[in-house]
Order: sequence, then C-alpha cells, then structure tokens
Amino acid sequence: MNVCRPDSMSLRKLWVKVTRMDWEPVIGLEIHVQLATRSKIFSGASTAYGAPPNTQACAVDLGLPGVLPVLNEAAVRMAVKFGLAVQARIAPRSVFARKNYFYPDLPKGYQISQYELPVVEGGRLEISLEEGGSKLIGITRAHLEEDAGKSLHEDFHGLSGIDLNRAGTPLLEVVSEPDLRSAREAVAYMKKLHTLVRYLEICDGNMQEGSFRCDANVSVRRRGQHELGTRTEIKNLNSFRFVERAINYEIERQIDILEGGGSVVQETRLYDAARDETRPMRSKEEALDYRYFPDPDLLPLVLEEDFIAAVRATLPELPDEKRERFIYEFGLSPYEAEVLTASRELADYFEAAERASDGETKLTAHWVMGDLLGALNKAGLEIADSPVTAEMLGGLIRRIGDNTISGKIAKQVFEAMWQGEGDADAIIERRGLKQVTDSAAIEKVIDEVLAAHPAQVEQYRAGKDKLFGFFVGQVMKATQGKANPAQVNALLKKKLT
Amino acid sequence: MSLTRSDVEKIAHLARLALREEDIPGYARTLTAILDMVAQMNAVDTRDVTPMAHPLDAVQRLRPDEVTETDQRERFQAIAPQVEAGLYLVPRVIE
Repeated sequence: MNVCRPDSMSLRKLWVKVTRMDWEPVIGLEIHVQLATRSKIFSGASTAYGAPPNTQACAVDLGLPGVLPVLNEAAVRMAVKFGLAVQARIAPRSVFARKNYFYPDLPKGYQISQYELPVVEGGRLEISLEEGGSKLIGITRAHLEEDAGKSLHEDFHGLSGIDLNRAGTPLLEVVSEPDLRSAREAVAYMKKLHTLVRYLEICDGNMQEGSFRCDANVSVRRRGQHELGTRTEIKNLNSFRFVERAINYEIERQIDILEGGGSVVQETRLYDAARDETRPMRSKEEALDYRYFPDPDLLPLVLEEDFIAAVRATLPELPDEKRERFIYEFGLSPYEAEVLTASRELADYFEAAERASDGETKLTAHWVMGDLLGALNKAGLEIADSPVTAEMLGGLIRRIGDNTISGKIAKQVFEAMWQGEGDADAIIERRGLKQVTDSAAIEKVIDEVLAAHPAQVEQYRAGKDKLFGFFVGQVMKATQGKANPAQVNALLKKKLT
Repeated sequence: MSLTRSDVEKIAHLARLALREEDIPGYARTLTAILDMVAQMNAVDTRDVTPMAHPLDAVQRLRPDEVTETDQRERFQAIAPQVEAGLYLVPRVIE
C-alpha cells in the first residue's frame, strides 16, 4: 500500500518547532545611556565626539596621582529626570563605589560606579506588543558611572593603542527586570527606552557612536517552571537588529544544550555580527571579582526635595502621554499616533504642519507618514534636515483642503518643494496648477470628450458601466489633471444619463 | 578564618602583584590576622548604627557642567613610555 508521508525534513522541522515551544526565554537588558553633558562626569574635559585621540583626556581622566573627582551636576539632573519619567524612586542618598579591574583603557584600575545605593530604583516602562496589547517592564535600577577609554587593536608593532577621550564620559546604566520573554520584546523595550531618552534630551541616541549600548542577559527554562535557568550575558550589541539576532541565536544555543542533556555555563559572550553567532569572551573566563567598595574620593550624593522638584518641572510631555493626546485631540488611530510620536522631532513636525494646514488633521497625518517619511527615507535624511518644512507641508495641505489643487497635483507640488522651488502657493501660481472648479469650463471639456468617443458613449449607455472611469480619465487628461475630480464625476454622471 | 597559599595567590593576581615564593606564608599569616580583626568587629551588635559610606559628615558638592580643561596631551604624553599617532601604546590586550 502506498501511504502519503511527509518527508523526513519537514518532520524534523515540525519536531524542532514543537520542542522549542516547551522552553520559555527569560531576558533582561542592561542599557548604557551616554548622558548628553558638555563635560565629563568627574572632570571639566569635553565630551565632544570625534576629537583627535587623547586631546580630551585630562589629569582626572588619566587617573594621575593627586587628582580628585568632582561630580557634574548636569549628569545628576539627567539621571533624576530619567528616574522621574519611569516613575522610579529617586534615592535621597546614593553612594559612588569603585569597581576594580585591570584593563588598559581604565587607567585608574577601577571604574567609578554605583553599587549598593544607586540614584534611581524601581521604575517601569510600558511596551506595545506585536500581537496587540501592552506589557509593563520593570526597571530594577539606574545608576551613574563613568565610561572607559577605547582600545585599538590594529597593529602598533604588536602593541595596543589607547585613546582615553571617552574615559570619564557620563553613563546611566539602566537595568531591567528579567521581564522580557522574546527577542522581539527585548527590541521593543530597547526602542521604547531609546525614544524616551531622546524625548528627555538626556542622550543623543546615536548608536553608531556608541551613545546607546546594550548588554543582554539571556536564559531559558521549561514552561511552567518557576526557577530561572543559568544565564549568559551577551555584550557588544550596538543596533536593534543585532540585539534581536544575538538573543535569538543565544536562545537556540541554550535550548540545544539543554535538550542534549548538557548544562549552560554562566559566562560573558560576545556577539559576532559577521558570523551571526555568540562566543565566549576569553579574557573574562576567570570569574571576575570586582571588589566593590565605597569610593573614599566622593561623598554621598544627597538630593533634596526641591532639587528633585526642580527637575520634575523640566519634564517634557512623555511619548505615552503624547500618543494618547494625539488620539483624543486629533482623532488619530493608535497606529498613526504611535508612528507620529516615535520621536519628539517628528511629533513637533506633525503638530506644526497640522496648524499650518488649517484643520486638515487626517490629511496631514497621511502626508507626514506617507510622502514625507517616504522621501526622507529615500534621501537618508532626518526630519530636522527635511527640505520641506512643516509650515511648507501644512501650506500644501491647506490648498488640497480648500480645493485649490487635487491630491494628485499636490504630489507634483510636493516634489517641486522638495527640489527647492519655493512654497506651495508660489509653485501652484508659477506652474498654473490651480484646480478648475468652473462648472461651465468643465462641462465644455466633457462635451468635447463625449463627442470624440461616440462608440464608448453608446457602449456605456448599453450597460458597460466600467467605461465611466475611461471618461473621467479623458477629462482629467484634457485638463492636465486640474479639473476638480468631484465635479467631473457629478457632471459626467448627469451628461451620460 | 585562615587564608591558604592559593587564597594569597588569587588576591595577588587580582591586584596584579608579583610575590616572592618565600613571602607567601608570611602574607597568609598577616592577612589572616586582619580578617580575624574584622571577625572581631563583626561580632559587635550594629543593628542601630547607620552604615557609613564616608568618615566625613558632609555631602557631595556638585560642579556646573562646563568645559574647563584644555588639551595638554603633549605634556601628559611626555612621561608615557610609548606613544604613537596620539595614542598611548600598551602591551597587546586581545578580546
């Protein structure tokens, strides 16, 4: 008897899929947010990016004998601002500690960080889930610390080159609870945090320059099991795409080990983007013993209520609040509101364009999300560099709204504005694009079109309704797209019956 | 508590200190004496004592966020063993 059987390959795939579902990934992220101060956290050296090596590394940053760190007030304000935005507790008293380890890009032999008493504790961030709904992700803590320098391993005659410009740059390390259950959720959380720190203007968010970096703690456990599995820490994740790929790779790797009866080794791993895999960091194999202790060079950081209140007064409208307002104030869909509030700059642009559009809210949302973002994306430009300003776009939309031009002609005008030909009114005037709304004029064109196509008129009257579109097309062609489409439709219908 | 030879070797490694073989028993003895003293202090009831992060009864002063340092690379690098292209050169570290 001949039985139809699935081939062994698809059976294997199905089996893998079924066994994968037995496992639940547990992920927590540590995100290093570089704070946008002018000077370093403990010295008066500049934090500007891209200076020649070691020209922004002063005696404090180099850890020369006899120097003392003095804490930067702006860094503290930014940390507090973040804490307030995630509804965390701001510690009235926090302490700086030394984290001891030896590496050439850390000249003092220790990093100044916070350990037992961080400045921010116990916050939360809401993420939107792909399958709909939302989820609160706990923020365990956020602490202030200094960044290390950079090691360059290109060949310097078998030596390494050290650039200490980055040493002492203020960082806020934001540690999440292990509340994330998939690589997608981890990316959603990271993107949300990225949006938030830019709204707060405490970080430029530039991931290429390392202003926003992520380490991921990943473990897996059997579904229904309460205890956590052994975790690994993946370092070196500097893009959203890498975070997703590295976590997925690590989840698969750990499940394979556990399915095979092995056990996961607690270790630090590096993500190699070129090979799309994680591998152990050799230098950290021997368990590190950081020997934290309070830094005797720094006194406890005490924050008074009025300091915190003053920072609270500087909080802008936050992304979630703005999204909600866009929904009830402008009547946008949750999706539109989400896209338009993805960055403060985009949200401001939309609001300015909406004001200039004379109440054409939906149309403005449509144009910003469609033509504008499309053109920016194609040109590789940020919203701030758009050749079409919010006022110009709003002015164009106003002319669609008041029937000066049709939506189709508007695309031509947009293109011309993008090319720098001036604002919408000037372009419409110069190119003679004003819509024809004079019924008599449109009627005349319709009569000509109908006279030129007697056969089609006959077919239409015999019941071939589809030809209506043909007549509309002919009329628009004859008027170079300038006839008002609604009027053309109405008049044509009248003439053809 | 009594420190073993391997404890001493581990501590020395963490601090990147080179010890002479013959000195190790002496360090084990004196470091153990320090730990004994800590054990003695640990026995004291400190339930009502606030942990101290600093002996001074003062709080951290904050500095305005201003760039006050100028580039002094030439002077700093004059005392470095080896520099090239503005970088400090050190024995190779591989990640």
